[in-house]
Amino acid sequence: MTISSKEAPAGPATPVASAPASGRQGTQIRLADVTKDYGLAAPAVDAISLTIEPGEFMTLLGPSGSGKTTTLNLIAGFETLTAGTIALNGSDVGTLPPHKRNLGMLFQNYALFPHLTVAQNVAYPLRERKVGKAEIARRVAEVLDLVQLPGRDGNYPSQLSGGQQQRVALARAIVFNPAALLLDEPLGALDRNLRGALQMEIRRIHREVGSTFVFVTHDQEEAMNLSDRIALFNSGHIEQVGTPEELYRRPDTLFTARFLGDSNVFDLGSGSFGSTASWEGNSWAVDPATISGHSGVSSHAAIVVRPEDVRIVSDPTAVPAGANSVGAAVRDVEYMGSYRTVMLDVGQAGRLGRARVDALDSAFSIGDRVTAWWRPERQRIVAA
Amino acid sequence: MSTAVKGTTRRPTRRQRGVDPIPRWLIVIGAAVALYFILPTLIVIPLSFSSASAFEFPPKDFSLRWYENFFTDPIWLKSLGNSFLVAILAALIATIVGTAAAVGLNRLTGRLAGFLRTLLMISMVTPAIVVAVAVYISFLQWHLTGSLLGYVLAHAALGVPFVLVSVTTALGGFDATLLRASSSLGASPLHSFIRVTMPLISRGVITGAIFAFVTSFDEVVIALFLRSPTFQTLPVQMYNSVTFELDPTISASSSLVVVVVTIIFLVPLLIGSRKKTR
Repeated sequence: MTISSKEAPAGPATPVASAPASGRQGTQIRLADVTKDYGLAAPAVDAISLTIEPGEFMTLLGPSGSGKTTTLNLIAGFETLTAGTIALNGSDVGTLPPHKRNLGMLFQNYALFPHLTVAQNVAYPLRERKVGKAEIARRVAEVLDLVQLPGRDGNYPSQLSGGQQQRVALARAIVFNPAALLLDEPLGALDRNLRGALQMEIRRIHREVGSTFVFVTHDQEEAMNLSDRIALFNSGHIEQVGTPEELYRRPDTLFTARFLGDSNVFDLGSGSFGSTASWEGNSWAVDPATISGHSGVSSHAAIVVRPEDVRIVSDPTAVPAGANSVGAAVRDVEYMGSYRTVMLDVGQAGRLGRARVDALDSAFSIGDRVTAWWRPERQRIVAA
Repeated sequence: MSTAVKGTTRRPTRRQRGVDPIPRWLIVIGAAVALYFILPTLIVIPLSFSSASAFEFPPKDFSLRWYENFFTDPIWLKSLGNSFLVAILAALIATIVGTAAAVGLNRLTGRLAGFLRTLLMISMVTPAIVVAVAVYISFLQWHLTGSLLGYVLAHAALGVPFVLVSVTTALGGFDATLLRASSSLGASPLHSFIRVTMPLISRGVITGAIFAFVTSFDEVVIALFLRSPTFQTLPVQMYNSVTFELDPTISASSSLVVVVVTIIFLVPLLIGSRKKTR
């Protein structure tokens, strides 16, 4: 049934949680020292190494211009490597043209062929592979069922909504059982509600198809929702790779902490710290397990605390023993529906801090002097 | 609106679309301009049905003698056949070269591409007589005058700019991501061109081919230089017939040319209206 000539070898079990549900095996994608240099001031992608495991949902996340899309285009073969290697299941594809890599791709603008009907679009890769007519009809129907778009075979793309068009593009990209699916911000052009629905759809199809997905986005929420692992890109290199939880709870660097979610940042400068760290005269306990392994920590470190880990009290004596605390003034309170965010002026420079409190808790008003505290094991010491 | 059954969708009237009706004075002016453009060509048609052996307008009696003359005289028929043959071959070459040039130049940006584009268009703005003399001098050396190949090559060169312009215009609305999608789906660059690019720029290609055909079909200056007793095209024969003998058969042949060219220009309109029903 699989048309791909590169069957995944029966290698070691995948280390990721979502192992393929069906019998189909995913493909391992291995990038080693991958570099793309356009001859500008800095390489667009600078010696990146990353191994995407078979069946894994890997998201390349980062701000625009960080090199994530270039990396995806290098995997797809739309860009040529300046240096490094790209291997699918161990075989080097770095010099193969895109049409010989057997990788499905989803584009932000759908890239459906406007002169072909839905069925003809989906049949396109099968016709290219000289699949028989009856087999094409069967598989087109099957995959249109999978993306929940039956009965639209005869329509032209222009007669469909954006969400429906992306479903057709998805069907077209998986109908030929590609070695992996590359998704280049496929939900970027859709409105918020539709995006949520299609995120669920993509996750379900990933589970059912069981092949490797490489997803590019600049939307951290989307990345957290979908991914087994996230590779966070920052100006041409990978800042950190890990599960969404690892990246959120255990960031290595300030960039990671700031890119995913909100953070309270206390810059420690180049000063050393041992069992305690000091910031503007406050002395805080340090849990060694919360120190990032990043080499930059020794030269310039910062403490980051998530807003949901910060508690605020009016009475300084109410801070529990062993907690780290800092005096602050309430600058503003934002009502978010399910919670309130209290904006704080912290320390001498009046730096902005945030604490998340219960939506029903309306005890704080602007100008109040308060004490913010958190557990030492909930803070993280990162490279700044 | 567009979900109606194929082929039966009709464009709503201006009133239904909420557009103001066209004012009457505009219709009058439009009709006058249209008449001014087509009157000269329309005069030749009644003339061709005259029975007199000299030009007279309006004709007194109607007859088909000049058409009979045209279709029985081997010289007229031969030159008509030559014109068709040259125009078809020239249009074919011009279409292939012009399309390839347009697709190739479309991917290039910067000064070089601009220079190349201008170079390919230069025959459009060069006076016909200059091109004709240049072609004549070089073809004399290469022994191409008076031959089918000579006519075809010269006329193909004239047709290339028309194809280049119309295909470049068609490519303007072409989304290059489609080619990436096509290659990711396993299509080689050639297959992508045949299955994606060509269908989407086909109207531009057909329009260019028609212009190239017509350019060759009614080209007279170069043809006059290249003519030989054994090979000449219809416009050359028409020119001969008035300069040497004043033969009214020319009115019949002129009418035929008008009809042929009109029919050919209607082709893209027919294709266009078929596509719109989708």
